[in-house]
Amino acid sequence: MNPLIAKSRPASSALALAKVSGNPSWLGLVGAAVCVIWLLVALFGPWLAPHPVGEVISDNIFEGFSLAHPFGTDYLGRDMLSRVLVGARFTVGLSLVAALLASFFGTGCALLSVVSPKWLDEIISRIMDAFISIPSKMLALIMVSAFGSSVTLLICTAVISYIPGSFRVARSMAVNIEALEYVQVARTRGEGKLYVACREILPNMLNPVLTDLGLRFGYIVLLLSGMSFLGLGVQPPDADLGSLVRENIGGLNQGAMAIIIPALAIGTLTIGVNLLIDYLSSRRGRRAGGH
Amino acid sequence: MTQLIRVEDLRVVAGDPGSEVEIVKGVSFALEKGEVLALIGESGSGKTTIALALLGYARRGCRLSGGVVQVGEHDMLALDETQLQGLRGNRVSYVAQSAAAAFNPAKKLLDQVVEGPLIHGLGTRAELEAKAIGLFRDLALPNPERIGRRYPHQVSGGQLQRVMAAMALISDPLLVVLDEPTTALDVTTQIDVLRAFKRVVRERGATAVYVSHDLAVVAQMADQIVVLNGGQILERSATAPLLKAPAHEYTRSLLAAARPDTRIRPPCGVAEEAPLLTITGLTAGYGNKNLHGMPAIRVLEDIDLTVRRGQAIGVIGESGSGKSTLARVVAGLLTPALGGLTFDGQPLGGSLSERTPEQFRRIQMVFQNADTALNPMHSVATILSRPLKMYFGLKGAALQVRIGELLDLVRLPRDMADRRPNELSGGQKQRVNLARALAAKPDLILCDEVTSALDTVVGAAILELLRDLRQQLGVSYLFISHDISTVRALCDDIVVMYSGHKVHAGRRESFAEAPYHPYTDLLIHSVPELRQGWLETCGATHGELPPIGERANLPELCTFLNRCPMRIDGLCNRTAPNRRTLDNGSEILCHRDAADLLATQRGVTPTSFGAYA
Amino acid sequence: MNSHTLWLICRRLGAGVVTLLIVSMVVFAITAVLPGDAAQQSLGQFATPEQVAALRLKLGLDQPGVLRYLHWLMNLLTGDMGQSVSNAMPVGELMAGRVPNTLMLAAATALVSVPLALILGIGSAMGRGGRIDSCLSFITLAMVAVPEFLVATLAVLIFAVNLGWLSALSYATDITSPLQFLRTYALPVMTLCCVIVAQMARMTRAAVIDQLDSPYVEMARLKGVSPIRIVLRHALPNAIGPIANAIALSLSYLLGGVVIVETIFNYPGIASLMVDAVTNRDMALVQACTMLFCAAYLALVLLADLCAILSNPRLRNQ
Repeated sequence: MNPLIAKSRPASSALALAKVSGNPSWLGLVGAAVCVIWLLVALFGPWLAPHPVGEVISDNIFEGFSLAHPFGTDYLGRDMLSRVLVGARFTVGLSLVAALLASFFGTGCALLSVVSPKWLDEIISRIMDAFISIPSKMLALIMVSAFGSSVTLLICTAVISYIPGSFRVARSMAVNIEALEYVQVARTRGEGKLYVACREILPNMLNPVLTDLGLRFGYIVLLLSGMSFLGLGVQPPDADLGSLVRENIGGLNQGAMAIIIPALAIGTLTIGVNLLIDYLSSRRGRRAGGH
Repeated sequence: MTQLIRVEDLRVVAGDPGSEVEIVKGVSFALEKGEVLALIGESGSGKTTIALALLGYARRGCRLSGGVVQVGEHDMLALDETQLQGLRGNRVSYVAQSAAAAFNPAKKLLDQVVEGPLIHGLGTRAELEAKAIGLFRDLALPNPERIGRRYPHQVSGGQLQRVMAAMALISDPLLVVLDEPTTALDVTTQIDVLRAFKRVVRERGATAVYVSHDLAVVAQMADQIVVLNGGQILERSATAPLLKAPAHEYTRSLLAAARPDTRIRPPCGVAEEAPLLTITGLTAGYGNKNLHGMPAIRVLEDIDLTVRRGQAIGVIGESGSGKSTLARVVAGLLTPALGGLTFDGQPLGGSLSERTPEQFRRIQMVFQNADTALNPMHSVATILSRPLKMYFGLKGAALQVRIGELLDLVRLPRDMADRRPNELSGGQKQRVNLARALAAKPDLILCDEVTSALDTVVGAAILELLRDLRQQLGVSYLFISHDISTVRALCDDIVVMYSGHKVHAGRRESFAEAPYHPYTDLLIHSVPELRQGWLETCGATHGELPPIGERANLPELCTFLNRCPMRIDGLCNRTAPNRRTLDNGSEILCHRDAADLLATQRGVTPTSFGAYA
Repeated sequence: MNSHTLWLICRRLGAGVVTLLIVSMVVFAITAVLPGDAAQQSLGQFATPEQVAALRLKLGLDQPGVLRYLHWLMNLLTGDMGQSVSNAMPVGELMAGRVPNTLMLAAATALVSVPLALILGIGSAMGRGGRIDSCLSFITLAMVAVPEFLVATLAVLIFAVNLGWLSALSYATDITSPLQFLRTYALPVMTLCCVIVAQMARMTRAAVIDQLDSPYVEMARLKGVSPIRIVLRHALPNAIGPIANAIALSLSYLLGGVVIVETIFNYPGIASLMVDAVTNRDMALVQACTMLFCAAYLALVLLADLCAILSNPRLRNQ
């Protein structure tokens, strides 16, 4: 996970990071393809799974590649392909829901604080500042220790951790846009705050907000799989990709596929998202710069 | 005389390989030693690109694709990067447009001035520093021995520009390239910088290329003028004949647009007696408020102003004078600390929430920067329909008809309605901007520097439109500008602001002839005129200021005190000035009376407005 | 240095203290107030109401939350962090044994990663758009997104299992020779460095390029200053603020990464202590560890801000 972008103070630097990279566009397409594949797996994976996810189908544990079990078997002899297909739904689904909520609330608060009186803006910003000083993993750990782990709690934790980052990025953009003259014109025309926020400011920051949503999705994937890896995330019998790595850690010294495949799965997902975002924002940067 | 600089068929392209666009299309000119050549043109004419090509440099995304740039014995386009490094800042040097941005904020000025020549091995540090101090002195910088030890942010813009000239001249270059060096400055500062430049350039016999969009400035500096448009040379001639008898149509339009007040006049008889907007005792500013509710930074002090129905009032002043803040207060964007506003007999709330919808409708604002004044995500039709729906509840066909009418009113074709702002040119954007304000059928339009960001020709057309609209619709303007000639082209009354105070207010005609407030005098005489030799003969800001004793600790003291050539020791620095009314009806904030002012200012009446004096 | 700068620094320090206070409230609220009755929980379902009441009185749970918070805060400030239930030891003692290990790990990581990241970031900024830059840019982009347990598992596979060079498990005790030190620390440090170096290099590159695009760099170029001198003497002094910020944020990321790495390598540091505490729901220990990590995070960010303030000549001498 990547707090430096999530939590960097000058929010624009997060976007600048992506904007200035010189990667060719085919990498962006690769990223897009990877993202689409993972999305499809999350949607249809459980139906594609050749075996029931919990069923022990082989006597051999930590089996390698075979036609019957392309991803091998796990520490109990269950089919890894099925487990990955099902686990991906947890990883992608939970992260997507959490990222959407975090972005929604973060952007909402940002818009609210920009059109609000100064004191309210100050209070919202202070609270966000305090929350941003709790590293997301720490927050997740204390939440789990206090309330025990559940899917709802994990989503709540991820949302709470990433609202402040999303708020910061969105607020710094909204403040810049709010100072622009077309917003001032709208205000002196007597427009309401809601109109100014939703019709004048929001459309002009939608692109960067979506980019930020993508970045945040990546961090949440890493956070949730990290928690599962520690045994504090998704609880058995359910398993996300992080849990799969954890439960098969015993196969590490044999170099078992059961541990490498889910770890690689998470890697491809987050790298794919990053490549896509990098491509999208560099294209936007070029368009803005070329104009 | 030999040709020192020879540019032949210079071509520059921009864009990604494969989709390159030629932005400089075969430009040729030559320059002899000791001459100053001006490149003049509007934005996008390629003038800066050509100037940079003289140093063998192209900005990111551009490429010098062909031609010859001969400087002395070197062909700048044939050299490699290392050889160019050896020449830049040594044989060819550059003065950038914005000195504030072109100096490294983390290094002291003197270190930056001597850095180039030190690298090129032109002397020891001590020698170079002594030479730099000599140049500072020649360029009339205050405290030349010590100014180099400061950081850029500690020095004013006009001074920085002169330090930058010293940096360019310290290596005794063959060629100095000056890129719009005074554009970012106030006129009153510009004149000092121009004088300093001209003197050093003449004294040292430097050869220079001077890039500018302002013909009047160029007329003071250049021997030769090259007129550029769209990357091509339209006309090339010595300065005097070009000013007298321009050969090309485009040059004539540039000349005509340079001083709009010689061509455009405000309409007569539109203004009525009834006051529309009255401002009384207005004080406003930014920052945290203290115990008495006064802001930390006070930008406006005790302003009184009345705009009558149908009247156009021009507000002029240099940057930081508070003129834009005045517009923001009237628009309701900034709540005043003291004083009140009355609009058409009704009190006008200080903040937006205290205003009625009808007041919102009747006061409209048009901003300087057309690029940021239109929401890029909305089409022209959407932009115009919002006030129509909001104020008049128009829909459907009636809405479309009205949008069409508005576009006609600002002389835009009706099919522009479907475009987005980024598909429009600067002038078109400003027209849409204006149409949006007109959609509300306002009584008062606040115009904040509406022509400043535009090219002169386009700006003059917008001024003409504003004048006609006023005639047609009887709308009042509060017209804010830093340029006295645009104000004179449009406004009946003029208000001069200086650091938050209204120092001078009067009829437009009264600004044609002395007496004025000393600051007005400075302002009027600092505007360059379109004739050669003006710089040497004009009367403004010269010589030493009369010495003055310690100033009393009174906030009400005259704010122009430090720059006033007519200040009186013991009076101006001890007591606050009074408002006095002159014979011509104008009101000034000064200790001097009309006779004093007249005695000093007589005989320097500029010629350009003798026409309607 | 003048009064204005001093005021800025004081204000920043003040803001840091206030933030830390708010953080402590949040931590206390989550761990001690929101979850409900700790006495009931620790005694289980079959305890009699009398037993629960007695324990509640003993733990001070009958007092309102605010008072308990103030009590807890005072204890924290005086160094009394309570008793660890699962280890039956004072929390302070427990942590004191672990903190040096984690510091050692963090220091080793910082020592390797910061210079490496700066070189990579500045280097790729200088060769912007070139082949090396594109390459580095892709690698760092990928590394930033990789979970550290993937790096750790792959590293163990390669270096410990296949090559057999290093041990997969780290023990920070009994280090007698540099070689042993290397064998112990190589894998955890390498894992931590991977992600941090990538992040820091990207941010450094962005900060330097930001400066390289500014008009004063163009001016320096037009003065005939060489590219290397432009970066070292012109761009870098102005990029100190953003770079310090990048370093601080990346190092504070260490705090999160260290949780995973210590667990994987069984490293006896403060983070693995905390993970155990979370698993055992040992609240006093969780609270103390969290406060330590948050304080460290805030201190790093604060330090970066001070660097930025002090390196800015506008603020240094007005």
